[in-house]
Amino acid sequence: MPWGEFKDTVAERRIFQHRTLVALLLLFVMMGLLMARMYYLQVVQHDTYTTLSDKNRVQVQSVAPTRGLIYDRNDVLLAENRPVFNVTIVPERVADISQTLSDLQAILNISEEDLDRFRGRLLEPRRPFQEIPLRYDLTEQEIASMAVHRHNLPGVEVNAELVRYYPYSELTSHALGYVGRINRDELQRIDPVNYAGTNYIGKSGIERFYEQALHGKVGYQHVETNARGRTLRVLERESPVPGEDIRLHLDIRLQQYAHDLLDGRRGAIVAIEPKTGGVLALASVPGFDANLFVTGIGVEAYRELNESLDKPLFNRALRGQYPPGSTIKPMLAIAALDSGSTTRDREIWDPGYFQLKPTGRRFRDWKRGGHGWVNLKDAVEQSCDIYFYDAGVRMGVDVMHDYLSKFGFGEETSLDISGALSGLVPSREWKRAHRNEPWYPGDSVNMSIGQGFNLATPLQLATGTAVLANRGVWNQPRLLAEILGDHDFEEGLFGEEREDIVLKDPATWTFGIEAMEAVMHGAKGTARGAAGDAPYRMAGKTGTAQVFSLAEDEEYDEEEVRERLRDHALFIGFAPVEDPAIAVAVIVENGGSGSGTAAPVARAIFDAWLLGFPAADEPVLVESNPEAGE
Amino acid sequence: MGLRDFTRPMTHHPLSGARSIWAALHIDPFLLVLLLVLLSFGLIVLFSGGDGRIALVKAQSVRIGLALVVMFVFAQLDPSVYRRWAPWLYALGVLALVAVILVGVGAKGAQRWLDLPGLPRFQPSELLKIVVPMTVAWYLSRHFLPPKLSHVALALAMVLVPVALIARQPDLGTSVLVAAAGLFVVFFAGIRWRIISAFFVLVSIAAPLLWFFGMRDYQKQRVLTLLDPESDPLGAGWNIMQSKTAIGSGGWSGKGWMQGTQSHLEFLPESHTDFIVAVLAEEFGFVGIFALMSLYLLILLRCLYIAVNAQDSFSRLLAGALSMTFFIYVFVNVGMVSGLLPVVGVPLPLISYGGTSIVTLMAAFGILMSIHTHRRMIAA
Repeated sequence: MPWGEFKDTVAERRIFQHRTLVALLLLFVMMGLLMARMYYLQVVQHDTYTTLSDKNRVQVQSVAPTRGLIYDRNDVLLAENRPVFNVTIVPERVADISQTLSDLQAILNISEEDLDRFRGRLLEPRRPFQEIPLRYDLTEQEIASMAVHRHNLPGVEVNAELVRYYPYSELTSHALGYVGRINRDELQRIDPVNYAGTNYIGKSGIERFYEQALHGKVGYQHVETNARGRTLRVLERESPVPGEDIRLHLDIRLQQYAHDLLDGRRGAIVAIEPKTGGVLALASVPGFDANLFVTGIGVEAYRELNESLDKPLFNRALRGQYPPGSTIKPMLAIAALDSGSTTRDREIWDPGYFQLKPTGRRFRDWKRGGHGWVNLKDAVEQSCDIYFYDAGVRMGVDVMHDYLSKFGFGEETSLDISGALSGLVPSREWKRAHRNEPWYPGDSVNMSIGQGFNLATPLQLATGTAVLANRGVWNQPRLLAEILGDHDFEEGLFGEEREDIVLKDPATWTFGIEAMEAVMHGAKGTARGAAGDAPYRMAGKTGTAQVFSLAEDEEYDEEEVRERLRDHALFIGFAPVEDPAIAVAVIVENGGSGSGTAAPVARAIFDAWLLGFPAADEPVLVESNPEAGE
Repeated sequence: MGLRDFTRPMTHHPLSGARSIWAALHIDPFLLVLLLVLLSFGLIVLFSGGDGRIALVKAQSVRIGLALVVMFVFAQLDPSVYRRWAPWLYALGVLALVAVILVGVGAKGAQRWLDLPGLPRFQPSELLKIVVPMTVAWYLSRHFLPPKLSHVALALAMVLVPVALIARQPDLGTSVLVAAAGLFVVFFAGIRWRIISAFFVLVSIAAPLLWFFGMRDYQKQRVLTLLDPESDPLGAGWNIMQSKTAIGSGGWSGKGWMQGTQSHLEFLPESHTDFIVAVLAEEFGFVGIFALMSLYLLILLRCLYIAVNAQDSFSRLLAGALSMTFFIYVFVNVGMVSGLLPVVGVPLPLISYGGTSIVTLMAAFGILMSIHTHRRMIAA
C-alpha cells in the first residue's frame, strides 16, 4: 500500500458485515435445501426406500424338499440322500468371471470338463441370480480351503445339498433307474413353482415313475443376505413337505444273487411273485453305477460306458427284445388244446424235420434224427419242434396271436416299470403293414417255436410265466409294494386291470403246468439236469434264441462261432408247482443252450428264494451242462 | 507494511477476567466444545459405519488427537504471522502441486500424493485449502476494499492456478473446495455484484467447455449417473441408489445404532468414509440428521461471529472464507450422498474416516481461534 493512502477500516468492516449477512443467507438457504432433501427422502419417500432396503437384504429362497427314500421289501435302503458340498457361482455378483475362475482353480481341483460344463450353463437361459454349479462333491480339504478364501470371492458359494445316493450302485441301476440334473426339456415340463429349489429329477425307472410322490412339495424361506449375496440368517421359513418314502417288492438279496449268478456274462433275470405281480428281482447284467449320473457323468466316463461291447447302459430286462424261442411252447401248447387244434393224446411222427408240402422246405428239429412218436406233453418236455410246427400250422397265426397276446406278449403290461418295451407278436396285419407281404404258412411254422418275427423281453417272459403259474389270473408286474405315508397317491395310480385268461377247460392249465414240470423232473425233460434232486417240484421251459439264422440244412459248430454269435440261452419257470411263490425268466446272451446255461441259473434262484440264500462265502458258480438237450 | 502500522499493540491484555485462561491458551471455548461434541458424535457413527471395527475408531481417535494438537499450535500463532507467510506458503504449495504432477504417487488413476524422502507422505492439495484463501486475503487486504477489477483478476488467477493443478490430478472434490475458499475471499472483500453476475455468466459458458474438454470419463460418468442413477442400478448408479435407500429407509428416527441394514450388509459403499452420512441417516433418522446439521450450523455461526469480530481485513477475509469453505464441505458431501450433487469425493468434515482432511480442518479452526484470541484494541 503506497504511503499517503488511508484505509477506511470502518467502511471495510461495513462491507464485510454486509457480505457476511449475504453469506449467512446463502448458508441458511443451502442448509434448508439439504434438510428439505433429507426430509423428502426420509419422511416423504420413507416407505419407498424401506421397500427398497428390504428388497436389498431379504431374498425369498425356495427350499427343495427332501426326496423320498426307496426301500426294498425287507426295508433295506436302496436309494438315500447324501449331503454333498458344491461350489456355485452367481454370475450377476461376480465382477470378472474368468478372474474368479482362475482364483478358484488355485484353491480347488477344477477339471476342464467342469469348466466346459460351467461355461455351457453360463450361456443357457436361466433365472436371474440363479447359481451355476462349478464343482460338485468337494472333499473335506476343499471345503476347508473354500471357507478360508471365500471372503475374497464374492458371488462364489459353497452349498450343501442332498444328492441321491444308491448304496447298491450297479445292482439297482436298472431296477430303480436314477435321478439326474434337470435338463432343458424337463424344465419345460415340470411345475416351475414346485421345482424352484430342486436340481434333480427322476430320469428313468422307479425314480421317474414315482417322481411326483418322491419329490414332495417345495418350501420357502425369507433370508437376509448381504450385498455379496451371502445368506446371513433365516427370517421366516415355510418348511417343504418331504417326498414320500416308498417300499418296493424287490428283494435286494435276490437282486444281488441274480447279479452274482450272471457275473461275467451278459443277460437278465426277472423274478415275479405270481400272487401279487410284485417284481422280486430285475437284474440286467452288466449294470452300471447310477451314482455317476446323479451329478452329471463326465464325457470320458460316459463314452466308456456307452461304447462298451457289453452295453452296461442297456436295460436288457426291460428293453432287450429277444426271440423267445421254445420258452413260449407251454403257452402255445395251452393255446393248441384250448383252440381244439390238437388233443392231449394225439401223436405225431417226428423224423427230424417238418415239411408243409412233401417237396417243400424242410424245417428242422433241434435234435437231429427227431424224437420219433411224440404227444403234446412229450413235445413240451423234450421241446419237440416238429410237433409245434404242426400245431402252429393247425392253429394258424390268428389263434397263436390271440393266445400269446392274452399272456401279455406284444404289449407292455407292467404297472410302474417305465421304459419297458412291448416286444412283438406278429399277425397278418402286422406283416402286411410292416413287410408288405401276406402271411405265409411258413411264418406260422417259425412262429410256433418262438422264432421268426417273435420278440419278447425278459420282463414279458416272466410275466407270461407268472400268469401261467396263476392259471390265467393276471397280476400285472409292479415294483412298488406301497407308498409309506400318503396313501391317497396310490389310489387311481394304476389303470384298469387286465382280464384274466379263461380257458374252455380249466384242466388245460393243469396239463400245461404238468408238461412244464416234466421239463424239469421228467425222464426226458430238457432241464432235468438243472432240477436234479430238488426237495420241491418246479416247472420250467428251456429256450434257445438264434442270434443269426442258418440256411436250411447248414450245419454249424458252436465252438467255431465267435462267442458273441452264439445262441442266447433262455429259461422260464416257476416254483413250487403246487403253490407258485416265484416265477422267473432268465436270459443269458450268447449262453448257448437254455438247458445248459439258463436253467441252472433259474434253479439257483428258486433254491435261494424257497430254501434260503446261500451264505456269503459260498461260491455262486452254476455249472453249465453242455450235454443237455436243445 | 500492513494494517499493523496503524494499530498499537495491546497484547497480553485480557479482554475480560473470566476468559483469561482461554485467552492465554488462545482457545475459543465455544468452538472447542462444539467441535468436540461433533467429533465424538462422529466417532460413534464411525464405529457403526466401519461395521463395528474398533480398530478404525482407535486410528481415527489418534488422528483427532493429532488434529487437536495442530489446532492448538495454529491457534498460538498471531494472524500477522499467517499474513506474512502467506505468499511464501502459496509459492511452496504451487511448487508441491507441480511436483505431484511430476513425481507424485497415487492409486485408481489419480496422482495426489507426494512421497518425499525425509518427509511423511502428504497431499499438497490439502495444504492449499488453507493457503489459497490466506494468500488471496493477504493480497486483497493490501489494497483498498472493495478491490479494483485488476486486483480481482489477479486474485482469481491466484485461485485458478492451484485449482487447475489439483483438477489435473484429478481430484475434483478438492479443487472445488480450494476454488470455493479462494472465491469466498473475493466475495467477502466486497467484489461488486456486477462482477459476480458476469462471473456466473462466464461459468455457464465455461461449463459446457469443461464438460467436453476438461473432464475425465469417470467424472462425466458420475455426473450422468447422478441425473439418472436408476438407469444403471448394478453399475455406476449403485452407490447413489444405495445411499438414497439407506437415507430414505432411516425414516424419522432411524433403525437404531448398529442396526442399519444398508451399511452393515455392505450394500452401502464407502460407509465409513465419503458416505458415512448415509449411515447416520439410516441409523439415527431425520432426527439424527437434524442434530448433525444443527451442530454444523452452530459451528458455522460461531466461526462467522469470529470473522465479523476480527479486527483487520486480512483476518476477516480469511476467517469468513474458511468458515464458508467448511460449509461447502458439508454441503457438497451431504448433497452428493443424498443425490443432489455429483459424487466428487468430498468427505463429511470431521466425521468421515481419514486423517488428512481432519488435520487440515482443525488447522483452519486453529487459525480462526488465533484470529479471535489475538485481537487488540484499535488505537483509533
